[in-house]
Amino acid sequence: MATAVSFQKISRYFGPVRAVDDVTLDIAEGEFFAMLGPSGSGKTTCLRLIAGFEQPTSGHMEIFGVTSEGVPPYQRNVNTVFQDYALFPHMTVLDNVAYGLMVKGIDKPTRHRKALEALTLVALGSFGSRRPSQLSGGQRQRVALARALVNEPKVLLLDEPLGALDLKLREQMQVELKALQRNLGITFVFVTHDQGEALSMADRVAIFNDGRIVQVGSPEDIYERPNTKFVADFVGSSNVLSPAFSKAAGGPEKWASLRPEKIGILPARAKPSPGQQGASAKIIAAHYQGSVTRFNTRTANGEVINVTVPSSLGKFAEGDEIMLHWPKEALHIMAGEA
Amino acid sequence: MSFSRSVSNTLFRHPNWFLVILLAPPLLWLGVAYLGSLSVFLFHAFFSIDEFSGFIKYELTLATFAELFRLSNFDVIIRSLVMATAVTLASVVIAFPFAYFAARYARGKWKALFYILVMLPLWSSYLVKVYAWKLILAKEGIISWLAGELHLTWALDALLAIPVIGGPSLSISFLGTFLVFVYVWLPFMILPTQAALERVPVSFIDASSDLGGTPAQTFRHVIFPLALPGIIAGSIFTFSLTLGDYIIPQIIGNSSYFLGQAVYSLQGTAGNIPLAAAFTVVPIVIMGFYLAIAKRMGAFDAL
Ligand SMILES: Nc1ncnc2c1ncn2[C@@H]1O[C@H](COP(=O)(O)OP(=O)(O)OP(=O)(O)O)[C@@H](O)[C@H]1O
Ligand SMILES: [Mg+2]
Repeated sequence: MATAVSFQKISRYFGPVRAVDDVTLDIAEGEFFAMLGPSGSGKTTCLRLIAGFEQPTSGHMEIFGVTSEGVPPYQRNVNTVFQDYALFPHMTVLDNVAYGLMVKGIDKPTRHRKALEALTLVALGSFGSRRPSQLSGGQRQRVALARALVNEPKVLLLDEPLGALDLKLREQMQVELKALQRNLGITFVFVTHDQGEALSMADRVAIFNDGRIVQVGSPEDIYERPNTKFVADFVGSSNVLSPAFSKAAGGPEKWASLRPEKIGILPARAKPSPGQQGASAKIIAAHYQGSVTRFNTRTANGEVINVTVPSSLGKFAEGDEIMLHWPKEALHIMAGEA
Repeated sequence: MSFSRSVSNTLFRHPNWFLVILLAPPLLWLGVAYLGSLSVFLFHAFFSIDEFSGFIKYELTLATFAELFRLSNFDVIIRSLVMATAVTLASVVIAFPFAYFAARYARGKWKALFYILVMLPLWSSYLVKVYAWKLILAKEGIISWLAGELHLTWALDALLAIPVIGGPSLSISFLGTFLVFVYVWLPFMILPTQAALERVPVSFIDASSDLGGTPAQTFRHVIFPLALPGIIAGSIFTFSLTLGDYIIPQIIGNSSYFLGQAVYSLQGTAGNIPLAAAFTVVPIVIMGFYLAIAKRMGAFDAL
């Protein structure tokens, strides 16, 4: 499969700020690629580099094999769904969607027909004559999507497109976006700082920190096998365990991660079964969360370990001495340093 | 303290009273003092003047309006209209780049400098500025001196030789009147244009270029339409101020009358209040048509 977007040692500095710092990355054609990271980690800047709103300070960039340095946004076959949607307030919804075709000189009947098709695709076929100000947040988001898709871009860039929506609508849009991407086969580059969104929607996820990519991989890779303490901390709510802990558990002296849901609880001084590792600990706090209960525990060495178990098994309470146990392979040793 | 608190509480429970208290003074001013006196004055346009006695005949008639179409009066109207249109167009052309720069690129110190530059002329008396311009434009003034130094006297002479708008010197020509009008009203065009441009988010410009719009297309389809309400607001100022002004054409220009001067002299020395009132109706009607056409053309769609 062809490479849609290729970053080769790309950097973008704003004065002393290294917004994007030496990023090398290939995004494959047809891929749903998520960029995940804390605020200010350079995700938006990366998207703007692809769209052409920013030029790299150094490095080389290609879009479908064509060098993109010096190519203005209006000559790139890439479209963006902006975080604030950026719908033009002085045009109807239909004219907004038809805008890209209009500036390319396509005649009015044709562009209005195509715009209507795109609106129908996002289930807003009857909203064409409204103004953007007369739409709800979710509807605006879909208009922005239709306005981008009508140009049949090879790459669609989405900057936290669901950020402004409430939880229920967001989940619905996640499903719709994913289905749309499958059907159209367009490369999606999707920025978010919601890890659940990234993991559930993307084929691959890149984790950003301080302008650098710290890990790229499938959602399983990222979730199960974080390569640094940062990734383990940031993605989900994994336990990050010290090098001393790893060593005591029979591994190398490196940071390790252990998912709360992989851990079981036994009464104190119980023996873990073969193939399992164990550590005795004390429950500091118990949080009932409906179907599961979350325990904060602390081992004798002061290691804090969170455990999530089905509430149906929860016969333990705060202050209890217990034995934690987990399958040997669940303790993931992280290759990276910090 | 408890009194002010109970007042606050009462107002909080009756938000409409609060609105009434806030709006009463300006409404009284606008309604009674302003609209009242204006309508009394304008109503005089439906009376006429007795040719012989010079007194006002209090009988309703359209004869005074008909008089506006007499050649000597109609001339004044057309002249004022052409001048106001030219001044407005020139103001738009000069103000836009300035306002665009200020809205898009100027930050902090530069923005402050922009406001000072725009407002500075408004701080000094308008009469002083007009007389200063007379000195600049006079035959022995700065412009003709500068033209001489630059060996461009021929160009200035050619300009002044143009019929109608030329004259013996810039200060005694329509060209001079035009220049001073543009100078004096320019801030009233720059400020609303800048305010409108200020409210165009950068993401709109990004979005347009992202969708394939070249910079020229982005300007034509996004920036300009969104700035249009501001430009229209500015043009209402420049247009109506030019139509109504009677001082500038008196100091700078040849002796032909403009609307403001006509009203001024008719209600003063000539004592023909009905015709003065009829002349006053002209800019009001013109502005009414102008706004209706602007609305028709979608100038306020972005509001
Ligand atoms: N035009 C600019 N001028 C100066 N600094 C900038 C500019 N744009 C971005 N930055 C800086 O670059 C860094 C990365 O910004 P960016 O917008 O890419 O972050 P982000 O990952 O998208 O964050 P968020 O999740 O908050 O949207 C930040 O420190 C930001 O302050
Ligand atoms: Mg961002």
